[in-house]
Amino acid sequence: MKKILFDILGAAALLLVSVPLLAHHGAAALDTGKEITLKGTVTEWIWSNPHCFLKFDANDGTGTVRNWAVETQSPTSMTPRGWSRMSFKAGDEVTVTIEPVKNGQPIGRILHVILPNGQKLIAANPTTPESRPVAPVPVQ
Amino acid sequence: MRLHFSVFIIASVTLLVAGRTHAQMKPWNNSGVGLSGLSEPPKGPSGPAPRRDLSGIWDAGPGGIQPTGYDVAALFTPLGEKMAKANKPGNGPRIADVSEDNDPLSTLGDPAGFPRILLYELRPFQIVQTANQVLMLYMFEKRWRVIWTDGRELPKDPDPRWYGYSVGRWEDDYTLVVQSFGLDDRTWLDNAGNPHSASMRVEERYHRIDGETLALTVTLEDPLIYTKPWTPLNKLPIRLMPNDTDLMEMVPSASEALAYRKEIASQAKTK
Repeated sequence: MKKILFDILGAAALLLVSVPLLAHHGAAALDTGKEITLKGTVTEWIWSNPHCFLKFDANDGTGTVRNWAVETQSPTSMTPRGWSRMSFKAGDEVTVTIEPVKNGQPIGRILHVILPNGQKLIAANPTTPESRPVAPVPVQ
Repeated sequence: MRLHFSVFIIASVTLLVAGRTHAQMKPWNNSGVGLSGLSEPPKGPSGPAPRRDLSGIWDAGPGGIQPTGYDVAALFTPLGEKMAKANKPGNGPRIADVSEDNDPLSTLGDPAGFPRILLYELRPFQIVQTANQVLMLYMFEKRWRVIWTDGRELPKDPDPRWYGYSVGRWEDDYTLVVQSFGLDDRTWLDNAGNPHSASMRVEERYHRIDGETLALTVTLEDPLIYTKPWTPLNKLPIRLMPNDTDLMEMVPSASEALAYRKEIASQAKTK
């Protein structure tokens, strides 16, 4: 019984890690594991390949307002998560949680966003060391 | 041990199916399973495989998307190693800093080409069969390939093309074998920047398991670049989608690639 339970848990783990985080480039530039939350005002929402990105003005915690550009995956990957070309418009007040890049630039990867109406849009899970995709099991 | 493995597989499939029962098919703009794994549509028709028929809309799900490419350095010839070093990929075992990335697909908007369209972004695709062709219509790039099934031979010394030249024959009633040649060596094989020459030959084997499942095996033979043939896809499972599935566009346009590099990638460099 324990073995069966182990198999089920193992399969669940495999499914979790088999979902890659970024489709076309690695996460090497990201300060993975670090999360910051910013409150700001949307300036532009670009719904495009290979990645969508949200631009917004926000105070970085030092009193300086910077224009952030933070990415998601492609429209084909975001649509099933409830995102769309119409998710944001300029002027929206949003709360954005991201993994920032290492070099200190106002760039990063969105983990989730809280919209003006309180709705939470989830973009990704935080990066883990196990994020490398697993090869699919061949069919027999 | 066999029981142990079987339970593992059954549990995997059960969880996959369970995770998708909430998915609903929309009349337009379906994305397939994609990276999120949230939107697989209901199963297509089940039952035995039809004879010599691959037609339908197919989705390999997350298994069709290989963002890190393939680790094949051990197979390089000296020329292969030299070509691989010139490629600065954004992912995989030889990942380069984003400031050095020279992936022709993501930095220039070049076509993925063949076989990269199978080895990187095998998003949902439709197979259409005519009397003398099998047509592959890919959601990624909104691109198509023609596979001639009229018995012709591949050209001997063709002018290279992004998607090459392809001929197919039925090995048996359930297996279509496709040979391709004349492939433009400006394209990469995958996201890891693995190169190929214009003399590479590619074999695809589409084996129909049953009414709703295909298994795809891809083998590459390129003795200029690799010391032996290798098989990046081995019986990749691909599921049939309902025949009224309208697919999204997923076009990696040059202008969008450039905007992304300007706004995000070039700002994220670490050296």
